[in-house]
Amino acid sequence: MSKLVKLKKGFDIRLAGKAEKQMHDFQPVKTFAIKPTDFIGMQRPKVLVKEGDTVKAGTPLLFDKKMEKVQFVSPVSGKIVEIKRGEKRKLLEIKILADDVIEFESFQKYSSSELQSASREKIIDHLAASGVWPQLIQRPFGVIANPDDTPKSIFISGFDTHPLAPDYEVLLKGQEEAFKLGIDILKKLTKGKIHLGVPADKAAPAVYSNLQQVEINKFSGPHPAGNVGVHIHHVDPIGKGDIIWTINPYGVVQIGNLLLKGVYDASKIVAITGSEAKKACYTQTYLGACVDSFVAENIKSTNVRAISGNPLTGQKINLDGYLSYYDHQLSLLPEGDYYEFLGWMKPTSDKLSYHKALGLLSFLYPKKEFVLDTNNRGEPRAFVSTGVFESVTPMDIFPVYLMKAIMAEDYDDMEELGIYEVIEEDLALCEFVDVSKHPVQELVRKGIELIQYS
Amino acid sequence: MKFLRDLLDKQKPLFQKGGKLENLYYLYEAGETFMFSPNHTTSPRGAQIKDAIDLKRMMITVVIAMIPCLLFGIYNTGNMHYLAIQDASATFGDKFLQGAILVLPIVLVAYAAGGIVEAVFAVIRKHPINEGFLVTGMLIPLIVPATTPLWQVAVATIFAVVIAKEVFGGTGMNILNVAMTARAFLYFAYPAQLSGDTVWTYVGDNAAADGFSGATALAVAYQAGQEGQNAVAELTQHNASIMEGMFSFTNMFVGFIPGSIGETSTLMCLIGAAILLFTGVASWKIMVSAFGGAYLMGLVMNLLAVNEYMALPSHYHLVMGGIAFGIVFMATDPVSASQTESGKWIYGLLIGVLTIIIRVTNPAYPEGIMLAVLFMNVFAPLIDYYVVQANKKRRLQRATV
Repeated sequence: MSKLVKLKKGFDIRLAGKAEKQMHDFQPVKTFAIKPTDFIGMQRPKVLVKEGDTVKAGTPLLFDKKMEKVQFVSPVSGKIVEIKRGEKRKLLEIKILADDVIEFESFQKYSSSELQSASREKIIDHLAASGVWPQLIQRPFGVIANPDDTPKSIFISGFDTHPLAPDYEVLLKGQEEAFKLGIDILKKLTKGKIHLGVPADKAAPAVYSNLQQVEINKFSGPHPAGNVGVHIHHVDPIGKGDIIWTINPYGVVQIGNLLLKGVYDASKIVAITGSEAKKACYTQTYLGACVDSFVAENIKSTNVRAISGNPLTGQKINLDGYLSYYDHQLSLLPEGDYYEFLGWMKPTSDKLSYHKALGLLSFLYPKKEFVLDTNNRGEPRAFVSTGVFESVTPMDIFPVYLMKAIMAEDYDDMEELGIYEVIEEDLALCEFVDVSKHPVQELVRKGIELIQYS
Repeated sequence: MKFLRDLLDKQKPLFQKGGKLENLYYLYEAGETFMFSPNHTTSPRGAQIKDAIDLKRMMITVVIAMIPCLLFGIYNTGNMHYLAIQDASATFGDKFLQGAILVLPIVLVAYAAGGIVEAVFAVIRKHPINEGFLVTGMLIPLIVPATTPLWQVAVATIFAVVIAKEVFGGTGMNILNVAMTARAFLYFAYPAQLSGDTVWTYVGDNAAADGFSGATALAVAYQAGQEGQNAVAELTQHNASIMEGMFSFTNMFVGFIPGSIGETSTLMCLIGAAILLFTGVASWKIMVSAFGGAYLMGLVMNLLAVNEYMALPSHYHLVMGGIAFGIVFMATDPVSASQTESGKWIYGLLIGVLTIIIRVTNPAYPEGIMLAVLFMNVFAPLIDYYVVQANKKRRLQRATV
């Protein structure tokens, strides 16, 4: 049965620079990269190619020795131009110079009836070998799903409430068939249900209509209403020992296209957003695109931070860096490396705040879209304020106690306080509103790793 | 401002690692960040943008909320002085000036003594100077009588900052409310200067006028209970020759009565409460449940009344003594209060209830809010423990279904 969940807690970070709903062609992107650092939990990446090799879209580039079945493949065809390593030879990027016309490795196609008769193992091997598998994420921990597990259900969040988040209507345009087939494939992977979360107060993208095998749950309220972790918490919560898989709608489409067309289709639409983007728009490219052509002649000043993903959970990349595997968004924000005279008590209506403490006037402008820079807005302190984290976390979880358990490395407490139910993005809002400026997301990951490898 | 910035930048290398004054880095940092918000940017992973709030701003909000109490306290200190010596010629300015002469040194001493302790600990323990002291330094003067010797203010402040806060690791780690600890220290170490009938009003070289009694409303009500007189009538008659209706409900609400500097006016406390609640800095749950708890306990006392003090109408309790100030500014201290939302209801309620019980039934302590707050500070972690356990249990039960 589908559910309607009304969430009250949370906070919408309203930023200037939302992408306009139109496609724009930038200079063609020349290089693409696969960054093993995007795959959280990847232990020992083994590279299968050398600099100078030519690859097709779908050619395996590396795999993780911990999970040998799962191949990480090239998003485009072309030449491997660089295998970048960091300290201790840590693998950072595999860069591919793309051909003008993309050539594809060919994989087996499946019709609907072939899919029905195929065994679960065969499908899993197929998905794992062809490069689409990393789209499946396992909860708890938020790591790539293990093909040997059987999840109790699969969750898809059909919308994104992060600041400046792209509209899935645009991202998924014209992918109805692939999405539908993708759902059918997912259905083979779990004995439980497939849950699709859609917004309650807005029209859902057209691709979500006419689906059979899914439970559609509606969520209303401010961010993080669109987070898949919040959906899981309210629909089918995770306890110790449970495994749930999550996947982004783009992943569903990619899986669908693999069986539909027999190719690894890494083309994707990404949103160029942020107050520093002259033209905030959508553009067609491939996974792992270099952002230099989106940035060139498109930024308002020179002191700009490029962020792969959204400003709340994304990560800083260079102006010629690469979009992460899971991101559909480039955010361009002003860098905040300046001093401000008496900045801690000056009244301001230009800086967004969840709070209303002395001189924080942004609450007077409930519709305004703010230009925020990357200044840290104060220094780290011990926890003082209470009740704030709880008021932006629409889950029955005490974030401060969870944080303290993680800091104390208290395994029992972490487990009992709900570490299995969260990943970074679920508590990212706490990091934003925190008076004491704790690195909440970093702490969450630290806690997860403690539990995961204990 | 450029010139200030340049000055700071020029000095910076002195204090940084390898500099001559590297040990004093956190002193420099405190000064620098006071004048300029730092240029730190968010880390490459994690939230790339941050809320405009920081601890400094939160703390200064509390200080601002206390200013009505401070100003009223200054005026009332002078007012009570001229009332006691029956000098009707004193103008508003005279009273305010006399009050300022008495009160401002206490404020300065509290800030100086506490500030030095903070600085010493910051340098030795190598941690940033805690903004929490902005609030503590203002709270301490407001909860002592204007006649308190300055050295006692200094000793109490130092004691409280060291024993109640720094030994636990600074702001955010303390168990007890720092300012309340200072008051408790004074109360038990120097009872002669902190209790009785003569300490609340500064008489100075003049002699108090005939018929003037410096007793507080609580002492009068307690006395009435002992002697079997109607408490309200006794309160109304008190000091009638000096000032008509000094302990009437309205006047006690407004606050022209003897008492510690900042606590006399319930009205000013409510203005402070309004600021704290509007800005969301203090918990409305604690305030509501504490006032509610006190009122309810007053009613219970009425029901069980075996003496006239117990029969005192419950709303009188809310305007007498330091209860309003204690609830608004001390009970809501987020660090020493209960930290869970449901825990805050219990915590506040018990503070209100305990205050009235101590007040009415314990002859040794005329005012109960100090001990009630300290007592509940100690119990807040226990309340939280059960609230958190309930959360864990809910999670476990859900899993087995």
